[in-house]
Amino acid sequence: MAKEDYEVVIGLEVHAELSTKTKIFCSCPTTFGAEPNTQVCPVCMAMPGALPVLNETVVEYAIKAGLATNCEIAGNCKNDRKNYFYPDLPKSYQISQFDKPLCEHGYVEIAVEEEQKKKIGITRIHIEEDAGKLNHNEFGGGSLVDLNRAGVPLIEIVSEPDMRSSKEAEAYLRKIKSILEYIEVSDCKMEEGSLRADVNVSVRRKGMQEYGTRTEMKNMNSFRSIIRAIEYEAERQIEVLEKGGTIEQETLRWDDVSGKTFSMRDKEDAQDYRYFPDPDLVAIRLSKEYIEKIQNNLPELPESRRVRYMQEFGLSKKDSNLLTASKYLSNLFEEAQSICHNAKAVANWLLSDVSRILNEKEIEADKIPFTAEHLAKMIMLIDKGTISSAIGKKVLEELFENPKDPEEIIKEKGWIQISDEGAIKEVVNRILEANPQSIADFKAGKDRALGFLVGQAMKETKGKANPQMLNKMFLEELNK
Amino acid sequence: MKVSKEEILHIAKLANLNLKEEEIDTYLLHLQDILNFANIVNNAPIEGLEESFGVNENQNVFRKDEIKVFENTEALLANAPEKERNMFKIPKVIQ
Amino acid sequence: MDITTLTVHELQEKLESKEITICQITKAYVERIEQKEKEVQAFVTTLCKEAQERAKQIEEKVENGQITSKFAGIPIGIKDNICTKGVKTTCSSKMLENFVAPYDATVVEKLKEENLISLGKLNMDEFAMGGSTEYSAFHVTRNPWNLSKVPGGSSGGSAAAVAANLVPWALGSDTGGSIRQPASFCGVVGLKPTYGLVSRYGLVAFASSLDQIGPITKDVEDAALLLNIITGHDEKDTTSENREKVDYTNCLKKEVKNLKIGIPKEFFGEGMNEQVKEKLQQAMQTYREMGAEVEEFSLDIANYSLATYYIIACAEASSNLGRYDGIRYGYRTKNFTNLKDLYRNSRSEAFGPEVKRRIILGTYVLSSGYYDAYYKKAQQVRTLVKKEFEKAFEKYDILLTPTSPSVAFEIGTKSNNPLEMYLADICTVSVNIAGLPGISIPCGVDSEGMPVGMQLIGPRFGEEVILNAAYAYEQKIKFREQYQAEFKGGVC
Repeated sequence: MAKEDYEVVIGLEVHAELSTKTKIFCSCPTTFGAEPNTQVCPVCMAMPGALPVLNETVVEYAIKAGLATNCEIAGNCKNDRKNYFYPDLPKSYQISQFDKPLCEHGYVEIAVEEEQKKKIGITRIHIEEDAGKLNHNEFGGGSLVDLNRAGVPLIEIVSEPDMRSSKEAEAYLRKIKSILEYIEVSDCKMEEGSLRADVNVSVRRKGMQEYGTRTEMKNMNSFRSIIRAIEYEAERQIEVLEKGGTIEQETLRWDDVSGKTFSMRDKEDAQDYRYFPDPDLVAIRLSKEYIEKIQNNLPELPESRRVRYMQEFGLSKKDSNLLTASKYLSNLFEEAQSICHNAKAVANWLLSDVSRILNEKEIEADKIPFTAEHLAKMIMLIDKGTISSAIGKKVLEELFENPKDPEEIIKEKGWIQISDEGAIKEVVNRILEANPQSIADFKAGKDRALGFLVGQAMKETKGKANPQMLNKMFLEELNK
Repeated sequence: MKVSKEEILHIAKLANLNLKEEEIDTYLLHLQDILNFANIVNNAPIEGLEESFGVNENQNVFRKDEIKVFENTEALLANAPEKERNMFKIPKVIQ
Repeated sequence: MDITTLTVHELQEKLESKEITICQITKAYVERIEQKEKEVQAFVTTLCKEAQERAKQIEEKVENGQITSKFAGIPIGIKDNICTKGVKTTCSSKMLENFVAPYDATVVEKLKEENLISLGKLNMDEFAMGGSTEYSAFHVTRNPWNLSKVPGGSSGGSAAAVAANLVPWALGSDTGGSIRQPASFCGVVGLKPTYGLVSRYGLVAFASSLDQIGPITKDVEDAALLLNIITGHDEKDTTSENREKVDYTNCLKKEVKNLKIGIPKEFFGEGMNEQVKEKLQQAMQTYREMGAEVEEFSLDIANYSLATYYIIACAEASSNLGRYDGIRYGYRTKNFTNLKDLYRNSRSEAFGPEVKRRIILGTYVLSSGYYDAYYKKAQQVRTLVKKEFEKAFEKYDILLTPTSPSVAFEIGTKSNNPLEMYLADICTVSVNIAGLPGISIPCGVDSEGMPVGMQLIGPRFGEEVILNAAYAYEQKIKFREQYQAEFKGGVC
């Protein structure tokens, strides 16, 4: 059988660190990158006798995430202990949620191909604590435990096995990331590990109802590795099946360098987490009013922004989609357009030149160094005729390098458009004098000659002459 | 329910305890004894009763998201059997 | 006058009238400890020198009016599973032999706020698992009434120290009877408060949903006084109840007329020592004479409670004791090359057999395939027990039972059969399962002169009712005036 006869089935468990000020069960700060074991206390270090107290903002943020992904919010839930030994887990149990998660039965919509929407089911979202970090000591031959991260709040978003390609998995993860950013519950910095995913992959023959045996790759924290890992793993599984083998349900390690998955060593211990309700924490009972209040204060989500952009600003569906895919881009757009009142121009600039530069620099929209005001002012300068679009592009490049008020930039660089009639007339006369042949051509009916003359004038003024005025004056002179 | 030797060894492993060969039988016997007694719970008239979750009726006890720094971090590390660069040292773990 | 025979309220009176000084009190106790501790061995850590220095400071501050607490300068002993900053907290385990907590338990903070003086940390069964203090990893504590007998447990050090006048009062902890049973064995008063009344923050967890700190004292009034100090809502413990503070001495009225006392007959079942039964019947008669209504009734939960107790307590313990892994604190084996050996050898070498047994039982009942049959059922039984008690308290104000089916037994004769040992907790555990308050007070001695304890159980937050009933009875029979620990059969 060929590869095309198989279908890949993917489910994602996304872990997002919540951007609360303090940890989930103690008042330690959650700042990333502090000196080892400086953001710790008896609770997150699991000192004998210390007790956890749940951070109310964690509950609120998790509910926001649930509402933004169309989940039902449980009125009645609890925290459970997941028991296992690992040096980054100081209590030897993780406080998580087992059979009564905060949020259940949600979905998000993804669009892989234009116009083609697909619902990806969300099984559940629950709150839990992050583990500490193991640092490996190259010289001393041991590992070192840093517990700063122990107790940082996480939500785990578990999807249904609804994705059928690495592209869909990517679109889903981007969607989740964008939603979490929109509702401002996580900064989703994948490079810092504040957004990571466990990827479950299985394959089956097309048309089969039952799922194949899945393998899991844990703690993946870049889109690129996730896509590569899914593709590699699907192919590997198909190959095994084609050779008459069977897939073993196991946890695999994805190695980015070799581009392969490896079986994790310690398979002998089948895990048994012995979940039970944490007796140190009391029941969580959420009233309808409380949940409604959060719902009402939920920031506008990308879906609704997209529709609004089309209706309010007359943007195309495609542009609205692109703009709302990233919260940063979308916010930049809204802010800039509210200053310059030229939504289409803002959208065009963001989606063409800004996006091109982001691509060239290989950075995400949140790393754009200039402000919405800068962008808006630049557009206003073009609209007023102070600079041309061509100069605008140069201003934008400059904004990426050295962001400041565009007016200052054009002054410093001497890029102000010449719109003075006298000055332009002078240039027009000079160019006409130097190009008698073009005048003759024009009179002989060759319209192209006008373009050439305007081009010469722009060259002479280093692009600063107002092109409309040039056009007009050349025509006047030529038709005399 | 009858507990097998394999089971008690599995349980000991989950709990990260070693059982010496000569201890196994004693632990097995005791566990069996206690479990036989504990089976009483299966005869209790509990139909329709909810599971208890602790004993008090407290609910929704939350903490405000406000930073309080624990000052004496030195004392937190003072009991460590082995440390290096302010971290707890353990044998190398391959992740 | 021997200062160490006085109760705390008597000490307070004498301090008030300037008959004695704070330094004299501490000195008297230090001398008593120096004299008698080697026989009783109630302490894991004594703080004699520190206590005397502290007494000097406090005395000075009281004199110049900087401190006004009525408890300033009163000594106390603390069970060694309650965290004390800068002083070892061992849980009488090799695992924590050298552990110094980086913080004070909330109750310890409260003691410090009132300027009490700690005389030291008291011995116990390892991690509070046991009923004789013979499971201490360090030494066996002896019963001051007869040194060849156990003081009970797990708060055996606390009860023995109070009975031997080594401390005027002490803090214990009670998960299934660990305050009440040793109080009963040592002829003193032990109160397990309603779950949630006293903060558990800083109490090294055995079974989180059952553990509660409480006073062990010479008399009921002292129990009320110490309860006044340690109660109060604590935002560091979510199971701590947010209630208005009560002065528990206000309820001590010697008056039990028309008090409805229920006698659950199942608590007087087989295995009950005849002399214990007899003393209890005398106590019931005394209550009748004082005008209370005493009535036998059926409360068929004793066996269910016991089974449930061992399932829940061990399940929680198996998880609570996972943190002892030899990494951040506590015992670390010398015998390891990899992480697995570090874990297993550290835990196996440092935990005693009873702790291991309970961890194994707890791990078993939580493990996949057995959770529903044991843990889940036990939690349903817990609901049943709560409901049955609620029903009982619709009819009765308090319940009266023995604290233990027996009196203190000989050291070294504890059964090798753990189940048999567990069965001895039959009278006390249901109180923890339902989170109720229970007090044990002495109600006489047996033919060998060993004290017998009576337990009074109240509804949730019914401390005042049981304290008053206990107080009335105590004032009537005047046990302390008739009997004193005699250090029989000293160590030869």
